[in-house]
Amino acid sequence: MGQIKDILRTMEYGPAPESNSDVKNWLEINAKGFGHFINGKFTPVEGRKTFSVSNPANETVLAKVAQGTAEDVDAAVKAARGAFGKWSKLPGHERAKYLYAIARHIQKRERFFSVLETMDNGKPLRETRDIDIPLVARHFYHHAGWAEMVETEFEGYSPVGVCGQVIPWNFPLLMLAWKIAPALAAGNTVVLKPAELTPLTAIAFAEVCHEIGLPAGVVNIVHGDGETGALICGHDDIDKVAFTGSTEVGRIIREQIAGSEKKLSLELGGKSPFIVFEDADLDGAVEGVVDAIWFNQGEVCCAGSRILVQEGIAERFYNKLRKRMETLRVGDPLDKTMDIGALVSAGQLKRVSALVEQGKAEGGTLWQAKVELPAKGSYFAPGFFTDVEPASTVCEVEIFGPVATASTFRTPDEAIALANNTKYGLAASIWSENINLALDMAARVKAGVVWINSTNLLDAGAGFGGYRESGFGREGGREGLYEYLSADWEKRLPPVKAEPALKLSAAPDGDAKVAGTGAIDRTVKNYVGGKQARPDGGYSYSALGKGGQVIGQAGLGNRKDIRNAVEAAAKAGAWGAATAHNRAQVLYYIGENLSARQAEFEALLVESTGVSTKAAAEEFAAALRRIFYYAAQSDKYDGAVHATKSRHVTLAMNEPWGVMGIVCPDEMPLLSFVSLVLPAIAMGNRVITVPSTRHPLLAANLYQVLDTSDVPGGVVNIVTGERDVLARTLADHDEVDALWYFGSKEGSAMAEKASCGNLKATWVSNGRQRDWLSTGQGQGREYLRRAVQVKNIWVPYGE
Amino acid sequence: MNTQHTKVPDGTEIKLAHSHARNAGTKLRPEWFEDIAVNRSATERRAATLTTRRTVKKEYQAAWLVKAITCIDLTTLAGDDTAGRVRRLCAKARRPIRDDILEALGLADENITTGAVCVYPTMVPHAVKALHGSGIPVASVATGFPAGLTPLPQRLAEIHYAVGEGAAEIDIVITREHVLTQNWQALYDEIVQMRQACGDAHLKAILATGDLNTLRNVYRASMVAMQAGADFIKTSTGKEEVNATLPVSLVMLRALRDYGELSGQTVGFKPAGGMKTAKDAMNWLILMKEELGLPWLQPDLFRLGASSMLADIERQLEHYVTGRYAASSRHALA
Repeated sequence: MGQIKDILRTMEYGPAPESNSDVKNWLEINAKGFGHFINGKFTPVEGRKTFSVSNPANETVLAKVAQGTAEDVDAAVKAARGAFGKWSKLPGHERAKYLYAIARHIQKRERFFSVLETMDNGKPLRETRDIDIPLVARHFYHHAGWAEMVETEFEGYSPVGVCGQVIPWNFPLLMLAWKIAPALAAGNTVVLKPAELTPLTAIAFAEVCHEIGLPAGVVNIVHGDGETGALICGHDDIDKVAFTGSTEVGRIIREQIAGSEKKLSLELGGKSPFIVFEDADLDGAVEGVVDAIWFNQGEVCCAGSRILVQEGIAERFYNKLRKRMETLRVGDPLDKTMDIGALVSAGQLKRVSALVEQGKAEGGTLWQAKVELPAKGSYFAPGFFTDVEPASTVCEVEIFGPVATASTFRTPDEAIALANNTKYGLAASIWSENINLALDMAARVKAGVVWINSTNLLDAGAGFGGYRESGFGREGGREGLYEYLSADWEKRLPPVKAEPALKLSAAPDGDAKVAGTGAIDRTVKNYVGGKQARPDGGYSYSALGKGGQVIGQAGLGNRKDIRNAVEAAAKAGAWGAATAHNRAQVLYYIGENLSARQAEFEALLVESTGVSTKAAAEEFAAALRRIFYYAAQSDKYDGAVHATKSRHVTLAMNEPWGVMGIVCPDEMPLLSFVSLVLPAIAMGNRVITVPSTRHPLLAANLYQVLDTSDVPGGVVNIVTGERDVLARTLADHDEVDALWYFGSKEGSAMAEKASCGNLKATWVSNGRQRDWLSTGQGQGREYLRRAVQVKNIWVPYGE
Repeated sequence: MNTQHTKVPDGTEIKLAHSHARNAGTKLRPEWFEDIAVNRSATERRAATLTTRRTVKKEYQAAWLVKAITCIDLTTLAGDDTAGRVRRLCAKARRPIRDDILEALGLADENITTGAVCVYPTMVPHAVKALHGSGIPVASVATGFPAGLTPLPQRLAEIHYAVGEGAAEIDIVITREHVLTQNWQALYDEIVQMRQACGDAHLKAILATGDLNTLRNVYRASMVAMQAGADFIKTSTGKEEVNATLPVSLVMLRALRDYGELSGQTVGFKPAGGMKTAKDAMNWLILMKEELGLPWLQPDLFRLGASSMLADIERQLEHYVTGRYAASSRHALA
């Protein structure tokens, strides 16, 4: 023991390995391989195709796991469907007991899960022990609570059905918890596929499900690669798809299930800004970087991977970062003194290395920790780039490794421009001691999660999810539960009544039946940026009224009209920044001015749609009430403060999407237009509306009303023409943030499919008919919820 | 390397080696600290994960525990202190670990003692006598400890007295009012005079961080004390409501690091009060190693102001040696 004398001089840490003998025993017992968990049982592996799972820290094989086939997926979905009826009808309290038991059991086996996760994924034990597994337990506890309350807290909503869930390898068990906990709480059953690189904690989780006596079929776990994932997402009997992973795969899923009426939530990639102002606590911010990009080997979708520093302090900050890198420890993830373990696989190491090499080749300067990496295993030394600009590959592409980029800005305005200069919008971290500045940045950054003077804070009670191509839908909190619930009324809608196909002709028609002569000719133009605009193509089509008579012409809008309208809408951003009270005033004024023209609108409804005067009056009255309803909601449909950590305010703010496309149906052309456009603009969106193709003349009268109601130019834009042609252009348009499509089933499928370009959020009618007159179906909070995205802003406090 | 000489009234001298030149201070430079940003939540997060990111096991843990002992200012600061009480403490300082344990650790020849013994001024003669020939310095609190609200001439006289009795280190308390009213000049002038009164004795400036309340105040007071020439900055008297905490220590270490970068000079750190366990000792050692590195794991730049901590460390060491849990009755009382 002469060594102690030497250690007294060097004061090194020495090895501190966590024992993994229990996990090794478990793996040994299961050496023949792990099957799927279907209908409460593990499927046999003998004679089945398997793949091997290895420990990226030392390249040893840990287990063999069955590769899911179409039959396996079928069996799992069938089991989930079979279990759904009973599970969904259980009293919430009964489901709560199961979720509570899961939380308890995870806690009771926390170290087993931590060690297994570390061996499977390569992340340091410090993280699985202190972060992953405690968050998993917290997620199930939190959702045990929702299970208890879901019936009363979400009246009018019910579970979606069978959920297909595909999760990534960076937080294997935590992502499982984020998927399964809310699904089960709401009364759904699930078929989940873990990532093929990291399936082991999901298997142990299945054993916990067995242990607590969860009814068979409620949770099914099928293993495999992307093909298996595609089989689950594409399965006919799946009602909801939830995916966390790359934007690339998210896009494929969006396309794959377009038109299937499946509910979809996507949590995708990111390139999140980490903004450091000159008045920030720089040492604190340096530790923020450690917790951001040097956390989980940088394999974090919400990692603050783009460091933006105010120019005057940049060198000082970089010096501090370089200094801090010297004490980072990289190595055996089971060693309790390691900050950084191994990347998840050799493949990932190759990908990260290639991107970093490209960064250097493009002129970036790489500052990397001088650490000795273990000879074996997928290790990568942490670092950051300087001398990189937005145009550099490494600033654009998600590296998904422990390497950040660092560049400078001069002013808050420039900071926000750079921060938002990305196709992603998952998270942002803002460092400043000036609360005015920090909150201003938080409001202006396009990101679903904003951390002020902090980073990577997660809690089951707060929503997590992205803007833009980082996906849509939220996980956690009240907002997350909606992803696993459907409005009852929306579930039971009948198909739209078939109407004779409409052929729009731009040519004059010599045979047309023409309505009364003698009146002054009426022309409907488009309405763009607050002005009437002739259709770009110079074509119009005839609108037919009762009995097929021509009652006027409307512009036959084309791509360019949509382009112009989107441009106008994009410029009208001030609308979203106006006070909710201001917007309410404008909405009320629309009601006031519409009311003044009651007779004219009712007559036009009769003339256009052929309804009785009584029906027209009813529609008009409903439209007025609806306007008042959304005017009222403008300043009342607001956010929440989530109870997350102590001494934190976690604000869940409802933010408008920005630019929305709204494609209106033919039925009740006035009421449906108002029912769709008003909630959107009440929440601060600017819209491009395609009014009923069949009854376009109302649009002209409507824009006259808008014109006189102080609606700022560009907030409501109207382009008439062929529904699906214009919808397609809107769906394709990358500047359009969300699209509501109300039309045919085919059109709905087309709109969803085409929306995958920028992964805009969609709400489509799937060719179903809702009763616009009913306040239950034609208006309500569901419309408002669809008109916003929730931004969670974490504001820690304390001097 | 430089050597600090302390004359003792009996005519002998204690020599203490220091790896660095003594901090000479600077003139008052408010621009170094006035605009400092310290974010409490961020500081607390770092402090909370510091000790979960690192640990030491087996022989490393044993070595680290011994290291902690060598950095302890073994302290008694009670109204009922007597010559006898102080003698007992000093005996423990000389021989902090039972011989058989020390032997088993392979450290029998290493002359393991505590870093110093810390007492009230009137106890200094007793301590000096009891430590005669051991080379262990005596530290004395002074300047109206713990509140520091006696008139300045008396406070300075107290320093002179303690130094005259052979104290090698003086733990002064600052006037909290100067920090709370942001009167940096007054604070600076006061410490400069105290440093002069210390002569060759080293000055540890107790900031009483529990009274300063905000972390910004802690940073600013740290900076002023260093600019005024403090050899150590120290968290607490042990008498405030909140004593040494990791977040406060972290802020002081950052100030210390910044001061080093700005002035090129080296200052030590002493957390004090409330630290009772071997685990506490490890936490602070980890903090020092991570934030400042190896030089700040040595007694010339790091001290732990504690009394009961030593007993817990000794029990842990015995457990390491024997594999059996130890009972305090088998260890000599401090």
